[in-house]
Amino acid sequence: MRFVDFLAQVIRIAIPYLFAAAGGVMAEKAGVVSLALEGFMLSGAFAAVLGSFYSGSPWIGLLCGIVAGLLFGLVHAVASIRYRADQIVVGIAINLLVIGITRFFLRLAFDSSSNSPRVAGFSEPAQGNIFLASLSNPLVWAGLLSVPLLTWVMYRTPFGLRIRAVGEHPEAAETLGIRVPRVRYGAVALSGMLAAMGGVYLALDQHQFTDGMTAGRGFIALAAIIFGRWDPARAGIACLLFAAAETLQIQLQGTQAIPSQFVQMIPYVLTIVALAGVVKRSVPPAALGRSAD
Amino acid sequence: MNDPKAPMILMRRIEKSFGPVRANRNASLEVCAGEIHALVGENGAGKSTLMRILAGLYKPDAGIVEVNGQNVAGWSTADAIAANVGMVHQHFMLVPTLTVTENVVLGREPKRGLAIDMARALLEVQELAQQFGLDIDARSCVRDLSVGVSQRVEILKTLFRGARILILDEPTAVLSPPEIQELWKVLRRLRDGGGTIILITHKLDEVMEVSDQITVMRHGETTSRMKTSETTPAEIARAMVGRDVVLESIAPTPPAGELGTAAPRAPLLEVQNLVVAGPNRSRAVDGVTFSIHPGEILGIAGVEGNGQTELIEALAGLRSVSSGTIILGSRDVTLTSVRERSAAGLAHIPEDRQRRGLVLDYSVGDNLILGDQHEFTRGAQLDRQRIASNANTKIQHFDVRPADSMLPVRALSGGNQQKVVIAREMSGGFSVLLASQPTRGVDVGAIEFIHAQLREARTQDKAVLLVSAELSEILALSDRVAVMYGGRIVSIVPRADASKEFLGPLMTGASAA
Repeated sequence: MRFVDFLAQVIRIAIPYLFAAAGGVMAEKAGVVSLALEGFMLSGAFAAVLGSFYSGSPWIGLLCGIVAGLLFGLVHAVASIRYRADQIVVGIAINLLVIGITRFFLRLAFDSSSNSPRVAGFSEPAQGNIFLASLSNPLVWAGLLSVPLLTWVMYRTPFGLRIRAVGEHPEAAETLGIRVPRVRYGAVALSGMLAAMGGVYLALDQHQFTDGMTAGRGFIALAAIIFGRWDPARAGIACLLFAAAETLQIQLQGTQAIPSQFVQMIPYVLTIVALAGVVKRSVPPAALGRSAD
Repeated sequence: MNDPKAPMILMRRIEKSFGPVRANRNASLEVCAGEIHALVGENGAGKSTLMRILAGLYKPDAGIVEVNGQNVAGWSTADAIAANVGMVHQHFMLVPTLTVTENVVLGREPKRGLAIDMARALLEVQELAQQFGLDIDARSCVRDLSVGVSQRVEILKTLFRGARILILDEPTAVLSPPEIQELWKVLRRLRDGGGTIILITHKLDEVMEVSDQITVMRHGETTSRMKTSETTPAEIARAMVGRDVVLESIAPTPPAGELGTAAPRAPLLEVQNLVVAGPNRSRAVDGVTFSIHPGEILGIAGVEGNGQTELIEALAGLRSVSSGTIILGSRDVTLTSVRERSAAGLAHIPEDRQRRGLVLDYSVGDNLILGDQHEFTRGAQLDRQRIASNANTKIQHFDVRPADSMLPVRALSGGNQQKVVIAREMSGGFSVLLASQPTRGVDVGAIEFIHAQLREARTQDKAVLLVSAELSEILALSDRVAVMYGGRIVSIVPRADASKEFLGPLMTGASAA
């Protein structure tokens, strides 16, 4: 396998992680725990397929996916900010809720318990060169750009400065007249939209929705955030690292040298090792999980 | 300066309750433009609540708040900022992970396009700091600043928003004497420039030194108002407490005849080359050596955050030691558990009674057996009868009020909560007592009582290690005084050689003479 192909494969796998991690960094920096990334992604994936199926346009699919992420982001925000529910419980609840809802509508819309019919995507499946195929997919570019864009928003704009202040010391922000709930609403809503775009990419890349297709990617993204110490750029690098491990795993499965079960463990073992080795120095935003009063 | 007769701030009949607690009742305040106004009162008198209402953080239940003649009761912090009212809180409202500049401009960032104009922000902050004589590096991260500098950042934050009325809540609690002098200079400069300053404090010497006018609060009410030049500390104290107070008991003079009587007997506590890691530093305690003899109080002076907390926690067995030894009596306890140390004769009054000292939702009786609960059992159960009788004895002996062992500790005042901690720690057969900030946040009456208890322990030939942020407390009680700075003990001197003038510079890191 050529290096470019390997790289293209890594990027293909990394895109959902990048979107989800970008969303997660934003919400967590504002002080809201992002356990719902998985649910946001799954909702985005399903809504994208629905939109693309009925309109025939992947762009409509993308729009539907973003709206779905926004909706569930707002559910998260209302429950955890307005009603001060425990953010971890809310996150888990949203994940379970989305699994149920997508399953229900999968049967309702497509009369299937496993997958949707084929829908239009941005790029045709890689028959020849996956490198070139990826280049033509706007979501690949968006995913890659999400990291520098997020860095700019977080460190160069008033909104980013306020997000960082609110997640670290909400009382201080409040005394300066900043409306803490409003900043958090914005961050969590954007986080839902960004994570959903990861799901949109996943579904449109495969041209269909399959039940539970995000398969824990939201949690890997969360691991990347912690590994990246809540910094957009470092989290992005962590996403690429995890994607590289997964690519390696796929390549090694063919070789028979090691039992495939062990090979499949590689990304997850790497995740645990990375977290165990780094987490000591990885300090979360001080107000993470704490609702303002 | 405006017409000095017209009050710039007028608060009338302010009422504010938090659940069953009436923090302010019928409180009134008048402050004129261009004065430094001291708002004094004991802890829990309602000073901070009143000022938070003025700064827009709380809404009053009833009453009038006028600023420059306009009724503004119930306004928001944003409104208050817009009307040039700024507040420097007791607990700094700074985001530690942001830079000085970011903290100052937060909420009104200068913009260039969609982004923050960082260059301009930096320049504006630097110019402002220079204009008011505040020595600050605008580029540094707030996490790395000392408390003195952090406070300057807080002041700068209010000035950046154009504050002409500045409220400071207990600003000197965390400062060393030279830093306090520096603060007075800044405040006087602000006043002379036409600013109005309200200073919340309970320290009478500060009130006398820096204020022009005084309003006293007690139990949520404003009880009297006086001109600083026409009053005395004793008169203020009486207004604060509601009775005559023996100021000598908290004054910096040691009891006569008791000095230097500690005979050279074997020390009860010996600490050698102790190194302890802290939350942010690997050597929060950096090679500390000292010993305490029977019948001696060793006071540790120093600005908070210089390793005192880590030192006490390491001695109590709550924090592991990196290197060095701790010898209690004749036993090396460096690696032993909290309970083993307690059995060996160590008692500990923790600095934060609500976090370390008490379980707030437990009853007074249950709190009084914490740590000794294994001694109050009958079979596998707790022996309720003995717990109750133990509680009643201690409540009486230590004058805990109200005298009800079934009451949750949360319902007690700070002073009485502290008495519960002291009753538990000081009635067992201890030989060494670690007393960390034993009078923080307690009323004057309880301070007298606690000081008497500490002196009593000395008379009984116990060894006492006293850590306090109040230099006057250290000087009032200690036989020897040690100064901690940057995790090291920079000097240990007998009480007779220790004075505020001598200790002050040491507390800020000036090397020992």
